[in-house]
Amino acid sequence: MTEPLLQLSGVHTHIGPYHILHGVDFSVPAGELTMLLGRNGAGKTTTLRTIMGLWQASSGRIRFDGSDITERSTPDIARAGIAYVPESMGIFTDLTVRENIVLAARSGPVDKNRLDWILGLFPALKRFWNLPAGNLSGGQKQMLAIARAIAEPRRLLLIDEPTKGLAPVMVRSMIEAFKSLKAAGETILLVEQNFYAASALGDSVVVMDDGRIVHSGPMSELVADQALQQRLLGLSLDAHQ
Amino acid sequence: MSSSSTLTLPFDETRRRGGALSELLSSDMPRSRALSLILLAILVVLAATPFLFPGSQPIGTAAKICVFIVLVASYDLLLGYSGIVSFAHTMFFGIGGYGIAIALERLGPTWSSVAVGLLAALALSAVLAVAIGLLSLRVRAIFFSMITLAVASAAAVLASQLSNITGGEDGLSFQLPPALRPAFRLLSEPLFGTAVNGRLVAYYLVFFVALLVFLMLLRIVNSPFGRVLQAIRENEFRAEALGYRVVAYRTAASVISALAATVAGALMALWLRYNGPDTTLSFSIMIDILLMVVIGGMGTMYGAVIGAALFVLAQSYLQVLMEAGSTALAGVPLLPNLIHPDRWLLWLGALFVISVYAFPGGIVGRLRQARQ
Repeated sequence: MTEPLLQLSGVHTHIGPYHILHGVDFSVPAGELTMLLGRNGAGKTTTLRTIMGLWQASSGRIRFDGSDITERSTPDIARAGIAYVPESMGIFTDLTVRENIVLAARSGPVDKNRLDWILGLFPALKRFWNLPAGNLSGGQKQMLAIARAIAEPRRLLLIDEPTKGLAPVMVRSMIEAFKSLKAAGETILLVEQNFYAASALGDSVVVMDDGRIVHSGPMSELVADQALQQRLLGLSLDAHQ
Repeated sequence: MSSSSTLTLPFDETRRRGGALSELLSSDMPRSRALSLILLAILVVLAATPFLFPGSQPIGTAAKICVFIVLVASYDLLLGYSGIVSFAHTMFFGIGGYGIAIALERLGPTWSSVAVGLLAALALSAVLAVAIGLLSLRVRAIFFSMITLAVASAAAVLASQLSNITGGEDGLSFQLPPALRPAFRLLSEPLFGTAVNGRLVAYYLVFFVALLVFLMLLRIVNSPFGRVLQAIRENEFRAEALGYRVVAYRTAASVISALAATVAGALMALWLRYNGPDTTLSFSIMIDILLMVVIGGMGTMYGAVIGAALFVLAQSYLQVLMEAGSTALAGVPLLPNLIHPDRWLLWLGALFVISVYAFPGGIVGRLRQARQ
């Protein structure tokens, strides 16, 4: 069996006096879209930030592509090939849309074909190409944040609640964009509260509660089992369709 | 389909934008007609000052504006583009001044002494900027500012104490290379009624070096490096998550800024033929720089030009204007007293409070906003 691209083993994270993650274990296989689900405050964002080195794991190991990245700095982790799109979108509002994307391409100019592909995924960005990113709407900012994450080929995308606060039409656009990313073979770990979006996209699912993993398995299994959904997430798929 | 083909134009990254002027200004055009006109007027007046305004005060004021444009622009690279609040900028300004002064005084008035003094000053500034950056840019902004304040104070005390090298509180007066002395004649006949002497050569040396350094700084802030600095200023964690090493970038910005300030200090010393604690190291200069950055507009290199020009002009001529006003209003009750030349500092302060209140984004910010 091949080693997963990302593997968390017994990860604990403390933020100040608070013990947030309690021995988190899960893996993200290469080329798949793994959903990380859970109620508010379950520890999903902390998990992504810990992987990214923005908060240091107090114990446990995080392995990425066969290397231990637990104690590496955030820039080193990014350079290893992990892109992170935070919940707050993480764009630079003073810079233009173009500058935001160019900034993410550390190794040189953005490849023309890749840029065409990205702008094909998010055509709305074309219109605002040379305008400050701060002028964009919430949905467009989210698109820009994801476009920036894929400005260069990355090994793994960590994306935190990309559909949060977006209008339904924008959520559907976002789902289509993620389907295209999946089809392009990207490996994605996606935090999502919207179960409709999660079920439409996920290959596998990891459910967290109170800083612990309470379920992991194929997404199709969770979609088919409403009782399990109710128990783990307190909602049903139908209610969110 | 036709709409999509027009939409593809703006992101053809191979397309050259603008012409030679845009290239010269690193594609950072003023983006406001009024701003363009003001900048052009400042450039033309500075370039032609020796021929337009006879006498030593106008040319001295123009030279000071040139020096302060470099000094303020270099500080804006730190404050406006990188979000670093440093109070050690005058230390680098002073190092440039003392480098020239000590070299010319000790090694004699030659161009090689100028080169040795400048290179030594640049090297010392670079080492100090790296040391301060690596040791202190990891700490929180307020602590970094306090550290730079302490270092700047220490440098000022050191310059006063090491009187056998720096001339102490009296500073150092020195002779310039012959080509920069007033007695030197480049042309035997006056040009447009102005003698083409060493003083004129010194002025144009200051003018062109200042212009060159300013254009270099403009190129730096509009380069990919400058964009990373702006990203770090906005959110350093996001920049780190993109793979940028924040401390390394901030340290590099500190070094570039320190080197430009050192060049400004060297120009100041060459122009004044003197360097002392009051001309380059004083804390009041640091306050002036801060005011010029804020008045002109933080995070815009053009703000440095406008801030420096306005501030130095006000410093040099407000008193004269008030005297004329006071004399003209001699018969009116209260007003002549109110604008008595002795109160020029009060009015200067009031003018700046009003300008900061009226233009929170600086004059450049306001002009660009008006255009939008």
